[in-house]
Amino acid sequence: MNWSSPAEFFAMGGYAFYVWGSYAVAALCIGLELWWLLRRARTLVTGAGLKAQPSAQRP
Amino acid sequence: MPLNIWRFASPQVFYSLAGKLIPWFLVAAALLGAAGLYVGLLVAPTDAQQGDAYRIIFIHVAAAWMSMFIYTVMAFWCAVGLIVNTRLSFMMALALAPTGALMTFIALWTGSLWGKPTWGAWWVWDARLTSELILLFLYIGFMSLHAAIDDVRRADRAAALLALVGAINVPIIYFSVKWWNTLHQGASVSLTRAPSMARAMLLGMLLVALAAWMYSIAASLMRVRSLILERESDSDWVQTIVRTEAAK
Repeated sequence: MNWSSPAEFFAMGGYAFYVWGSYAVAALCIGLELWWLLRRARTLVTGAGLKAQPSAQRP
Repeated sequence: MPLNIWRFASPQVFYSLAGKLIPWFLVAAALLGAAGLYVGLLVAPTDAQQGDAYRIIFIHVAAAWMSMFIYTVMAFWCAVGLIVNTRLSFMMALALAPTGALMTFIALWTGSLWGKPTWGAWWVWDARLTSELILLFLYIGFMSLHAAIDDVRRADRAAALLALVGAINVPIIYFSVKWWNTLHQGASVSLTRAPSMARAMLLGMLLVALAAWMYSIAASLMRVRSLILERESDSDWVQTIVRTEAAK
């Protein structure tokens, strides 16, 4: 273990803004992509995102 | 009976295969990512020259590797699509592009946040940085061109051609640090010599890189399944899925 206290860990030797700014944006991007992918799959599989078919006409 | 790989070129077969594989890739990504971040953020020592700012490289390198690799795979599927004319190949290429663009963006973003404390600049027009930015534009261009053409088959072919021409940029990115005198450092990890970094740093980097692989595979499989549903919406099997889902 490289750190002696949680505060030291979060301070990242004075580079907190740069390190956490990188990790936060990367996590946000991945979270948004997953959310977007799941939402798209769900709307498609329930038929809402597909073209209307003769058997399932929508107004 | 020998396994016939062409069977998996059928969108219906691939749809269900991908559905079975996705959870495994997601779990692998989460486990490898957690292990990699544990090693990289908690165990690895502080760098003597860069201090703790270097910890950005764990995501930066993984994302940068993926950005180039995904483009290569995307161009490969475009080539297969143009040569063999399999529908699924073009769908694979289209499914890879957004994740590739995302990885490119993360690589550029984290690189910028690393550059400011280390080089003193958010951005320089260095060969490595510029060619990586061009890669982002290639991904965006590929997706925009595809979206701009109404006829899906024509869109597939036109975008595939663009992707193949743009593939020349990948070796340029990779070798840019050798060919030009760049501010960006050369490779610390290569196949031809021992890595020039501490053990724990290297392990953390490789674990996060593997996690990025698993994640990218999962994300593109998820996306290709949606593309299959959209493009095959007239077929009986898609209608059956929708009806079963609606009855739930």
